[in-house]
Amino acid sequence: MTDSTREIVKKVLEGDIRTVARLIRDIDDNMPGIRDVLKALYPHTGKAYVIGITGAPGVGKSTLVDQMIKHLRQKGYTVGVLAVDPTSPFTGGAILGDRVRMQRHSMDKGVFIRSMATRGQFGGITQATRSAIDVLDAMGKDIILVETVGVGQDEVDIVKTAHTTIVVVIPGMGDDIQAIKAGILEVGDIFVINKADRDGADRTLMDLRMMLEMETDRERRDEWAPPILKVQAVFDIGVEELLETIERHRSYIIERYGDLKLRSDPKRVKESLIQMLKDRLFETFLERISKSGELERRVDEISKGILDPYSACDILLKEHVV
Amino acid sequence: MGKVFNESVFKDIEEAQREWEAKFDQLCERAPERLKRFITVSNREIKRIYTPLDVKDLDYGRDLGFPGEYPYTRGVQTSMYRGRLWTMRMFAGLGTAKDTNRRFHLLVRAGQTGLSVAFDMPTLMGYDSDSPKAKGEIGRCGVAIDTVKDMEELFDGLPVDRLTTSMTINPPASVIWAMYIAAAENRGIPRHLLGGTIQNDMLKEFIAQKTFMLPPVPSVKLIIDTVEFGTRQVPKWNTISISGYHIREAGSTAVQELAFTLADGIAYTEAAIERGLDVDEFAPRFSFFFNSHIDFFEEIAKFRAARRMWAKIMKDRFKAKNPRSWWLRFHTQTAGCSLTAQQPYNNIVRTALEALAAVLGGTQSLHTNSLDEVLALPTEEAATIALRTQQIIGEESGVANTIDPLGGSYFVEALTNQMEEEAFEIIRKIDEMGGMLGAIEKHYPQQEIADSAYRYQLQIDSGERTLVGVNKYVTEEEIPVEILEIDDALEKLQVEKLHRIKEERDQAKVRESLERVGEACEKGLNVMEPVIEAVKNYCTLQEVCDVYRKVYGTYRDPGIF
Amino acid sequence: MAERRIRVMVAKPGLDGHDRGARVIARAFRDAGFEVVYTGLHQTPEEIVEAAIQEDVDMIGLSSLAGAHRFLFPRLMELLKEKGVEDIVVCGGGIIPKDDIPKLKEMGIKEIFTPGTPLNQIVEWVKENVKPRGSG
Ligand SMILES: Nc1nc2c(ncn2[C@@H]2O[C@H](COP(=O)(O)OP(=O)(O)OP(=O)(O)O)[C@@H](O)[C@H]2O)c(=O)[nH]1
Ligand SMILES: [Mg+2]
Repeated sequence: MTDSTREIVKKVLEGDIRTVARLIRDIDDNMPGIRDVLKALYPHTGKAYVIGITGAPGVGKSTLVDQMIKHLRQKGYTVGVLAVDPTSPFTGGAILGDRVRMQRHSMDKGVFIRSMATRGQFGGITQATRSAIDVLDAMGKDIILVETVGVGQDEVDIVKTAHTTIVVVIPGMGDDIQAIKAGILEVGDIFVINKADRDGADRTLMDLRMMLEMETDRERRDEWAPPILKVQAVFDIGVEELLETIERHRSYIIERYGDLKLRSDPKRVKESLIQMLKDRLFETFLERISKSGELERRVDEISKGILDPYSACDILLKEHVV
Repeated sequence: MGKVFNESVFKDIEEAQREWEAKFDQLCERAPERLKRFITVSNREIKRIYTPLDVKDLDYGRDLGFPGEYPYTRGVQTSMYRGRLWTMRMFAGLGTAKDTNRRFHLLVRAGQTGLSVAFDMPTLMGYDSDSPKAKGEIGRCGVAIDTVKDMEELFDGLPVDRLTTSMTINPPASVIWAMYIAAAENRGIPRHLLGGTIQNDMLKEFIAQKTFMLPPVPSVKLIIDTVEFGTRQVPKWNTISISGYHIREAGSTAVQELAFTLADGIAYTEAAIERGLDVDEFAPRFSFFFNSHIDFFEEIAKFRAARRMWAKIMKDRFKAKNPRSWWLRFHTQTAGCSLTAQQPYNNIVRTALEALAAVLGGTQSLHTNSLDEVLALPTEEAATIALRTQQIIGEESGVANTIDPLGGSYFVEALTNQMEEEAFEIIRKIDEMGGMLGAIEKHYPQQEIADSAYRYQLQIDSGERTLVGVNKYVTEEEIPVEILEIDDALEKLQVEKLHRIKEERDQAKVRESLERVGEACEKGLNVMEPVIEAVKNYCTLQEVCDVYRKVYGTYRDPGIF
Repeated sequence: MAERRIRVMVAKPGLDGHDRGARVIARAFRDAGFEVVYTGLHQTPEEIVEAAIQEDVDMIGLSSLAGAHRFLFPRLMELLKEKGVEDIVVCGGGIIPKDDIPKLKEMGIKEIFTPGTPLNQIVEWVKENVKPRGSG
C-alpha cells in the first residue's frame, strides 16, 4: 500500500468529509489507484445498514428520504445518502436535483449527502454506487440511503446491494405498475404508496397486493411477504411506520441469515462478483481496443461495407480475449 | 349587432390575397425575406399580412362591445382615458421606514395620490431584521418593517384615509396588512375608510417569484382569510392583486402569463366561494397585475384577451351577476427583464414602448421602470424620467384621445382571438390537473416557464433574436450610471430599534396574543382579528409568521429546471 | 476508463427568489456536459459551502439579484478558506454594480458575469478556467 493510499484510508475511517467526498469523486471518475483504496477499506465495511429507495421519476423518493433522515437522526443514527440521477444521453451532463429536498440537513454533521449521475456508459453506475456505499460504510455511517430512479436494469442492480429495498409508487399508476413490474417489483422488500393524500390510494393498494400475490418467482416469498404502506412524505405521515417496517425486515434478515452481512449470502456474493468481473473485463477490453485504434478501424470497415458486425466481434474477441 | 364582415366579401379577398402572396413569393426568390422566421418575443410566428380573412367570424357585440360593456374587450370603464388618465403609480421603498416616509411626503407634495410600498427581502419572507437570515439584506430592495412602530413611521403625517396605498407583499400579507390597519386605528382612522391593495397572491410565488413561506394549501387559506375580512370590514381594499408580472419575469410567454394568471384567479375565486362567500361580494375587489413586455402588438392583444376572458369566466363559470365582478381591472409594470445593463439609456425607449402598449391595452394604472433598474435601485433622476414617459404618452402623444384605437385592426383582433383560445386551452389542462394547486404540485407551470425561459435565452445567444446593445450594435464604451447607495449602518439601527421595542413591550400580552393567533390557525378560523390584536401588542412580523410556520409547516423550493 | 467530469454547484444565497438566471445557467451547464448540483433557493453561505464540500464540486456559481452579494459573497469566501477548500472556483452573476466587482475579485471570486452575458460565453469560461479538482 502506498503512503497516499494509507493516508486516504485513515482519513476515511476517521470520517473526514473532504476525503470521503474526493474518494467518491475518484470512484465516479474511475481514477487509477482507487481499487487499492477500496481493497484496504473492504475489511472495514459491512457495518452499515443499506436501504435502497427506488421508483419512477417524481413519485417523492427524495422527499421521503429527507423525512427518513429526520427520523433516523432523532433516533440517534448517523446517515449517509447517495442520490443517483440520470445522465443526459445527449450531452453527458446531468442536473442533480435530489439534494434540493434534503438540503436542510446539510449543516448536520451526522449526515453526508452525495449526488451522483448515472453516467453508466461503460459499466459505470452499478459498481461506482456500490463502491460509494462501501466508502460511506467505512466512514462510519450507521444507515445508508440510496435513491435511484427505478427505470432500468442498472437501478435494479443497485438495489440488490441494499439490505432493504423500498419501491415507491403513487396512486393512479395502474398501468405504470404493470410496466415496472418486470423491473423492480420483484426487488421490493417494502412497497410505499406515496402521495396517499391523493385519490385512489386504496385502489392502488389493492392492485399492488394482487400483483405481488401473482408473482411466482419471488425468492423468499413465503417467508417475507412485502408489506405495502400508505405514506404522505411531504406531510411526514406514515414515515415513522415505514421505519418500523424496515426494522422488522432487518430482524427478519438477521433471523434468516444469521447476521446482516449480505456478503455471507453466497447468492449475492456470486452476483456481485460476476458483476464486478463483467465491468472490469469490459472496461479493460474496451480501453485496449480504443487505444490501439482497432475499434475505430472495425467501425470504419463495417460502415463501408467491407466487414459485417458479427465477424468484427469475432476478430476483436479472438485477438484480445479468447 | 352581428357580424362585422359580410360573408360575400371573403371570396374576392381570398382571390386577391392569393395573387398577392404569389407575387410576394416571386419576389422572395430574388430577394428573400429579411428573417427566416418572424416571431414575437414569445416565439409566436407572425404572418406577412392580416386581412378580414383572419377575423372572418368577428361579431361586434359578442367579441368586442363598447367600453364599459360586456365582454369589455375595449375597456372596463365607459369613458376610459377620456374621463381620467390611468393612475401613474411608482414603486418606492428604501432603507428605514423614516427614509421611505420622507420620499412619500415628496411624492404626495408632487401630486401623487397613490403610494406604493416596496419591502426589503427579510420583510417579504416574514423575517425580522434581527434574524440571521436577514443579514446583509435589510433595507436593500425596500423598506424594513418589523413592528407596527415601523408602519406608523412609514405613514407618519400622511393622510391614509384619503390616499390609496399599494403594498407589494405576499407570504406575510395578512400580518403587514394588519399592521397597516393597526397603525391607522392607533391614529384614530377607522378601517372602513382605508383604501389600497395588498398583492397577496401566493400562487404566482410558487409558480414564478419563489417568495414562499407556507405550503400552497395553507397559503391560500390565509389569503381567503384576508378576502373574507376585507369584504366585511375594509370594503375599499383590494385584497388580492392577481399577478402575471412575475410569471413573465420568470421567463414565461405572453400566453402563459395570461393563462396562469387567470387560472390563479379561478383558484382564488373557487376557494372564496368554498369559504361561503358570495362571488359578487368579493370578486369586485379582485384586481390584476400584468407585465408589459417589448412585443408591442402581442402585449396589447394580451390585455384585451385578458379582459374578455375574465368576463366570460366570471359570468359563465362562476355565474356572477354584478357587472363589477366581470371587470378585469389591472395594474401594469413594464418588463424589468426586457431591460439591459448594456447601453442603459436604451432602456428609456424600451420602457416607453412597453408603457404605450399598456396604455393601448387599457390599463388602470402603470409603473414604468427606470433605466437603471437592471443595475440597482433607481436613482431619483431615473425614476423621474420614467414618470415623465407616462406623462408624455398621456398628455402629449394623443394616444389617449380615443378609446381602444387598435380595436378592429385585423392583426390585433386576430391575435386577441388566438391568445384567448390558447390560454383557455392551458386553463383546461390546469383544470384537468385539479386546478392551479394540482398543477403546481405537478410542477406544470414551473416546468413550462423554465422551458420558455431557456428557449428565449438560446435564441438570444444564437442571434435568432436581436437584443440591441447586447448581441447586435454592441459598443465598447461604458456609459456611467449613477448608483444609489444604501448606508450599511442602517442595518444596525434597525436591529437596535427592534430590540428596544421587544424589551419595552408587555411580554404577557405578546405571549397571549400569539397564542390566540395559533389557536385561530389550528381551528381553521379567520386569523385577521387575532393578528391585528397581536401587532397592536407589538408582536413582530416574524413572531406572527413563526406561529404560521409552526402550525402549517414550511415550503421548500422544489427546484424545477 | 478514467475520466474527470466537471462538477459545478449552482447556488442562490439569500432570500431573493428570482431564480430565472440560476435555472437557465444550470441547464446550459448540463447541456455542456457538466454535472450540476442545485441547492435550491434561500440558502445561507454556510449551507452552500457544506454542500459544496460533500459534493466535491469544482466550482460554485452564485446568483444574486438583490444586493445580497455585499454580505453573502464575502461570507462564503471566508467559509471556503476556513474549511480549507479555497481551491473551489467561485464566480457570481446577477445584478452587481460595476464598482463592487473589483472588491469581489480581490476576495477571490474569479469572475462576475453581468446580465446579458451569453450562456456559451459562460460555459466556455468554465471550460477554460475550471479544472476538476484533484486531477494533477
Ligand atoms: N401530494 C403529495 N405530494 C408529494 C408527496 N411526497 C412528495 N410530493 C411531491 O412530489 C414532488 C416530487 O417529489 P420528489 O421527492 O422530488 O420526487 P422524486 O421521486 O425524488 O423525484 P425524482 O428524483 O425527480 O425522480 C414534489 O413536489 C413533492 O413535494 C406526498 O406525500 N403528497
Ligand atoms: Mg429525487
